[in-house]
Amino acid sequence: MTGDAPAQRLEVRGLRKVFGPKVVLDGIDLSVAEHEVVAVIGPSGCGKSTLLRCIDLLERIDGGSIWLSGEAVTGVGVNANDVRKRIGIVFQAFNLFPHLTVLDNVTLAPRRVHGQPKRVAEDQAREVLDRLGLGDKVTDYPDRLSGGQQQRAAIARALVTGPELLLLDEVTSALDPELVGEVLAVIRDLAAAGMTMVLATHEMGFARDVAHRVAFMHEGRVLEEGPPATLFAEPREERTRQFLKRVTDAGRL
Amino acid sequence: MEPAADPSAVVGGVGSGPPLPPGRVASWRAEFREEGAVGALIAFLSTIVVFGLIIWFVVHSETWPQVRDQFLNRQDFVDSFPDVLSGFWLDLKMFVVAQAVILVFALVVAVIRNLRGPAFFPLRFLAVLYIDLFRGIPLLLVILLLGFGVPALQLDGVPTDPRFWGVTALVLSYSAYTAEVYRAGIDSVHESQRSAARALGLTQWQALRFAVLPQAVRNVIPALLNGLVSLQKDVALVSVLGIREAVREAQIYTSRTFNYTSYMAATVLFLLASVPIARFADWYTARDRRRRSQSIA
Repeated sequence: MTGDAPAQRLEVRGLRKVFGPKVVLDGIDLSVAEHEVVAVIGPSGCGKSTLLRCIDLLERIDGGSIWLSGEAVTGVGVNANDVRKRIGIVFQAFNLFPHLTVLDNVTLAPRRVHGQPKRVAEDQAREVLDRLGLGDKVTDYPDRLSGGQQQRAAIARALVTGPELLLLDEVTSALDPELVGEVLAVIRDLAAAGMTMVLATHEMGFARDVAHRVAFMHEGRVLEEGPPATLFAEPREERTRQFLKRVTDAGRL
Repeated sequence: MEPAADPSAVVGGVGSGPPLPPGRVASWRAEFREEGAVGALIAFLSTIVVFGLIIWFVVHSETWPQVRDQFLNRQDFVDSFPDVLSGFWLDLKMFVVAQAVILVFALVVAVIRNLRGPAFFPLRFLAVLYIDLFRGIPLLLVILLLGFGVPALQLDGVPTDPRFWGVTALVLSYSAYTAEVYRAGIDSVHESQRSAARALGLTQWQALRFAVLPQAVRNVIPALLNGLVSLQKDVALVSVLGIREAVREAQIYTSRTFNYTSYMAATVLFLLASVPIARFADWYTARDRRRRSQSIA
């Protein structure tokens, strides 16, 4: 865990995670530059979600190291809360707080974690919600919203504190097909605005359009990575070819 | 003496069970909705017949005059009522104080029981020990132990007022149950809610305070109301300490006159207090269930 501090926004080195006897992440190396969008693809259970949860320090890691903006965030003496403050994550199932309005969901972290006054936090939250097309939903409770609106609210909640890195964990997988588009449009805008993102996704077409780099994961390892044009058109690895063929056959590419 | 035998069952029934069919609600209106005018008429007539028969048999039984004089004597009711009422006022005060302390203390115990991390093991252990202990001892025994036992030690600075120890016994016993009710509520909030809160940078305590507990408490309000009804009656148990609350006053009257109407006076008062709470609990639970099924649809 020594050596030069990487200049990348995110640097993952030799990350290992085991659940009991099962090795979920088996030495992951991944680096993401500032303003870069990296899509992580791979079959279900390959460890995509776990990787994102580990980067956000929501899971204890069993080996390797993670660096955020040149700073080691794993190891002794790191306050995980301080690290999570700087990273935004959006979950597949939204995980909005059902007892809070959309506005209160979005202002919770700015007020309680970042110590912003209520007025400032609310003004800022309204601005972000407006930008994501939820300006008229601020006083609604999440269960009054459609899936797409809920997921946009969850993105607003992750964005409002200006994170250095945004993690998106299969954010469209729980949505009805006709609602996927509105969420992808938001992510596309974020990418255009220069947000550094790692997204685990099953939307291959979207990964190809938006990501600067695509990493293919298989059984806890990054088998191959590269620009989407290269990886989708001429994958090196047999596993990647098989996976992409299955996806193409299913009509998802 | 058991407000909620199995808190998780209560919570599960409220949170996840299918809505009860409206026919289960005992009211003319419900019958009318279900069966129309004829149904309502049948319900009305059958009720008259059933209750008429019961009352006829009771008042025509051989022992009825004796029962009436012993339990329903107008003069004895009038004579005993003022003392019983002032005793009941004390019951209400003890109930309110005990309930307020229980709601807070039990929540603290439940939160301690849910603390994570090896450093908190001793605290968690204490919480579990407390709950096991006080759920396992009959309430009457706790009242006797504290109410007679502690003052007998004659320790300096320790209160000797039986009312203090009576309320303390109620708090200790009921908080053990109520803590388990809260715990069932905390467990009913999905782990992903805690993850989402922690991901925003909230500390363990903040995640509990702002994300988990508000949902947890809301999930168990029907079970808490149930405990309220139960405590309201069990307050009377402290009469064994000689506290002159309603039951004690009734007992004093009975021992003087050998007439039991004073007990009926106390009965009426307890019913007047507990029935509205029970109806409110039912109403709240039904409303809560409707809301949940709406938000799912």
